[in-house]
Amino acid sequence: MKPLGLPKFKNGHRWVAWVPTLWLLLFFLIPFLVVAKISLSEAAIAMPPYLPVIEWVESGVAQIRLNVGNYLFIIEDPLYAASYWESVRIALVSTLVTLLIGYPMAHVIAMSPEPRRTLLLILVILPFWTSFLLRVYAWIAILKTNGLLNSVLLHVGLISEPLVILQTDVAVYLGIAYTYLPFMVLPLYAALSRLDRTLLEASADLGATPWVSFFTVTLPLTLPGIFAGSLLVFVPAIGEFVIPALLGGNDTLMIGKVLWNEFFANRDWPIASAVAIIMLCLIVGPLMWLNRLQAKQEQGA
Amino acid sequence: MTRFLTSVLLLAATSVQASGVVNVYNWSDYIAEDTIAKFEAETGIKVNYDVFDTNELLEAKLLAGSSGYDVVVPTGNFLERQIQAGVFRPLDTAQLPNLANMDAEISRIVSQHDPDNKHSVVYMWGTTGLAYDIAKIEERMPNAPVNSWDMIFDPAVISKFADCGVAILESPSDMLATAKHYLGIDPASESAADLEKAEALWMSVRPHVRYFHASQYINDLANGDICLAVGYSGDLLQARDRAVEADNGVEVAYVIPEEGGVVWFDLMAIPADAKNVAEAHQFINFVMDAQIAADITNYVFYANANSASTPLIDPEVTSDPGIYPSEAVKAGLFALRAHSPRYDRIMNRTWTRIKTGQ
Repeated sequence: MKPLGLPKFKNGHRWVAWVPTLWLLLFFLIPFLVVAKISLSEAAIAMPPYLPVIEWVESGVAQIRLNVGNYLFIIEDPLYAASYWESVRIALVSTLVTLLIGYPMAHVIAMSPEPRRTLLLILVILPFWTSFLLRVYAWIAILKTNGLLNSVLLHVGLISEPLVILQTDVAVYLGIAYTYLPFMVLPLYAALSRLDRTLLEASADLGATPWVSFFTVTLPLTLPGIFAGSLLVFVPAIGEFVIPALLGGNDTLMIGKVLWNEFFANRDWPIASAVAIIMLCLIVGPLMWLNRLQAKQEQGA
Repeated sequence: MTRFLTSVLLLAATSVQASGVVNVYNWSDYIAEDTIAKFEAETGIKVNYDVFDTNELLEAKLLAGSSGYDVVVPTGNFLERQIQAGVFRPLDTAQLPNLANMDAEISRIVSQHDPDNKHSVVYMWGTTGLAYDIAKIEERMPNAPVNSWDMIFDPAVISKFADCGVAILESPSDMLATAKHYLGIDPASESAADLEKAEALWMSVRPHVRYFHASQYINDLANGDICLAVGYSGDLLQARDRAVEADNGVEVAYVIPEEGGVVWFDLMAIPADAKNVAEAHQFINFVMDAQIAADITNYVFYANANSASTPLIDPEVTSDPGIYPSEAVKAGLFALRAHSPRYDRIMNRTWTRIKTGQ
């Protein structure tokens, strides 16, 4: 009898691999190329508002005009570099805040007995069932001058003047930390629940205090979870537009806002596209490097 | 014969139903509650009504093409440039008998945006002025120059209101033109030196501004979260009325400062690639009906350009100098013009610098 199953299975495998490739091709590579093409064009008062890159001069002859001026412009004006660093800074601080809130949460959930553990996990995911925009608006109501937080603090007597939190960076950190918290908690929970408890018992038997055990055993072993969670928060936070627009101040200048300005206020689609391409390269580059680093570490371990 | 007629009628009926749709894209909070229902009842045309809150958003959709909208309502200086880009189709005046209702003088002013009023008719118009919380201003500065742009552009004055909150309209074209006008410079000037003077003026008062936003000041002013705002007339008048409704002790007043200010016109136009052109004309004509225009003005507190509707508007609205300004104030108003892309870029860059210091 011929072994029937094997070659078929091999083919199936190849097909399965094609699905994500096709997906990436359709929804990442092609849009990326379209944006790259526009970034090499020139703005114009027309529909669409830029000059064509490829023009058919006569039948069979195409003229290609590439304008690298947009990239030079972005490098020359310090606005773009400044807003990129500002985005990275805000994303970093927010990721740190999320980690500091998320780690204890994940720890408590992972150490809880079963029925309660499921309940707590559901509670972490529950906010996703309400619109993201509504939840950010709710923060406006909480943080504003005559808002919930100030009313409570004033009533209790902790402060005598209302705190100005809305329209500051602090509001942006809070907004991002709140919105992305589940992305941090879930990978941390996964890492913490995989943790071998007997190791903690062993370290306790050898005389380590709970804190020493935490820093020498728990923390190093959950590093992959910290890494995954931080990345899931950090990367989308860099490009965040809605949260700084609603909660941030006017001096909160993130790259998303700069992009909006180029696209909508200046109607300069080519410059906007060039900003997007540069931003993508600046995010994808370090990400790939980190990914490789982590892969190496895992191999080493 | 009867059968033939019936089938023709049936055919006509189905074709009306098939094309009986108009896709309207208008500003948010900018129409009376019953306008669309009345139009649908009268014409049998279904309205898909969608809203935006910045000209930029509308413009991006129009310039990308195939927006799917049949009637859009850009502001004059935006429409002016969009006409150059070939976004709109000329209106067929034969399908717009209610054009006879429109104010000839306003149509003449608007023709600087749309030569010969070929592509558009005025939906509503208004001004960019300032509004304040009467009690809070009185408390901080009893003799405040509330009828002057000094409220905003004099550091000695605006600094007194920094603690109760000053909001500035997020619109570089409006705000930089206003600053130029205050300095006695022609607002339409595209000179870099003039722009620098306007920037310096804004910078001198920037530390006292709490935020720049396109619409948030409506609620904040009504709730008492801020005490002074520069914004669009109808929005600020809405803030005044919401404060009255909330009965929270906040009393808001709107003024067009005596130095004059920006007057703008929101214009109804039909995109060149619109699919339901006849229905779009019907909709525009319907809005130009005297009673319908009066209903909208009574509801949104913006002046229309419909002379026939004026007697039908609440006297409370027509006598409000914030909505229907006096002739003396009107003389000081100026409309924004479309700028060259080069000037738009340095203007927006300047505005970013004013807001962020970058």
